[in-house]
Amino acid sequence: MADRRAKQKSKYTLDRGIPGAFEGETVTRRRFMTGTAHGAGAVAATAFTLPALGFAIGPIFKSTEHHWESVGPESSFSENNYTPVVFTLTPGIGEAGKTTAYVRKFNPAIDTDPYDHGTPYIAISSRCAHVGCPVRWVDAAERFICPCHGGVYDLLGRRVGGPPVRPLDRFYTRVSGEQVELVPPFSDNGHPRRFSPRDPDEPLDGVGQYLYPSRPTAQK
Amino acid sequence: MPKIPKLPAPPLPSALREPPPRPGEGNGKLGALEGARDAGITVVDWVDERTSLSGATRWILFRKIPKGTNWFYTLGSATLFAFLSQAVTGVFLAMFYRPDPAGGAYESVRHITNDVFLGQFVRGMHKWGSSVMVILVFVHMARTFFFGAYKYPRELNWVIGVVLLILTMVMGFTGYLLPFDQRAYWATIVGVNINGTGPLIGPYLSDFLRGGGEFGATTLSRFYAIHMLLVPGLIVALIGAHLYLVTKLGTTAPPWLKAEKRAELSESEV
Repeated sequence: MADRRAKQKSKYTLDRGIPGAFEGETVTRRRFMTGTAHGAGAVAATAFTLPALGFAIGPIFKSTEHHWESVGPESSFSENNYTPVVFTLTPGIGEAGKTTAYVRKFNPAIDTDPYDHGTPYIAISSRCAHVGCPVRWVDAAERFICPCHGGVYDLLGRRVGGPPVRPLDRFYTRVSGEQVELVPPFSDNGHPRRFSPRDPDEPLDGVGQYLYPSRPTAQK
Repeated sequence: MPKIPKLPAPPLPSALREPPPRPGEGNGKLGALEGARDAGITVVDWVDERTSLSGATRWILFRKIPKGTNWFYTLGSATLFAFLSQAVTGVFLAMFYRPDPAGGAYESVRHITNDVFLGQFVRGMHKWGSSVMVILVFVHMARTFFFGAYKYPRELNWVIGVVLLILTMVMGFTGYLLPFDQRAYWATIVGVNINGTGPLIGPYLSDFLRGGGEFGATTLSRFYAIHMLLVPGLIVALIGAHLYLVTKLGTTAPPWLKAEKRAELSESEV
């Protein structure tokens, strides 16, 4: 067995001595031409494939600009109940780019989460944390209720029933010239901890925060 | 009365003689029908001489098929025709459709449905045909499974078929957004978010589908390009491979058919 293997010619020298080859030539012209043709083909194919691929997947790495959006004067929001506001989250696509947030004044009696201290308003995103349907604040039940698959959240946006995997996302708020302004949201995991916004149905407690990493397109 | 033998015709000069009969039925001038057939044969021969396509046609069409072949074996062709119907109606819908998320997409679909001559019919064919195609793909797959037609040497064809199934679902998913009404929009939001639940790559996959972190201005055109350029091309290529393998490997006999023993074999066994 060892003998036979020793007798086998290396495949790199197989075409040594073919007609037209020079004596002792290691890289024959035929092999050189084959390599050149393959190489040129690969370069040509890469030259249009890579830019096209980059073009298609580029948006994944593009970070979005955040703008503070004015949603109305301070007088339109109360401490104890939510007021829905509609504003443009994604410009340029008309109605489809609008989103609803439920806004109320910060209430020290309810908002005991230390992270909420200093925030003038609580603004809760209407995007359900299950698969992204729009939730609605039902006054009589004091619950956010999702029409699609029955997700239910309490006054603070924490899940109390149904399939959602984390609380409702929130928006950062500030007051500027008596106008309440919102900026794109953040997610949390029900504990006093905040994350850059994640897509719905991505749990953020335990191993979830590592399985669903933050993306360049959605930073805090 | 005995027949009197005829005398040979007197030799005539060649100019006066009738021309000898030509081969063929008309024995002379070609009729219109015959001429047309002749022209057809000439054209086909011309092409065939230069391409040898007749061999390929014979190879594809005049195959041996097993005894017991029945109506279940037409499900693949039915799926193919469903795809062709989708392709043809889709091309003509694309002539009127505008992938403009700021209202133009919905408006163009409304225009197709309400104003364009036969628009409602063609759009209906495309819309309902998509469901028909998905159903046919599954029934075809079930036929293959229950007949055991996925077994050696046809495993690769099963794999190609599964990829085609996935591509058909991608077509359904991307096409659903295009009317850009409330149902389309929210179904896509939900579908993209379900894609995002895949661990690690999920969030990036949903970013890829949306072309950004939120459903944005390019999402619709992205879905449109995937729906009418990327995936159809892949489907056509894979259907080609699928059919090649069907022709190459042949079809299977239905499982209830027992293999017949050849006479000489059973004699030698005795």
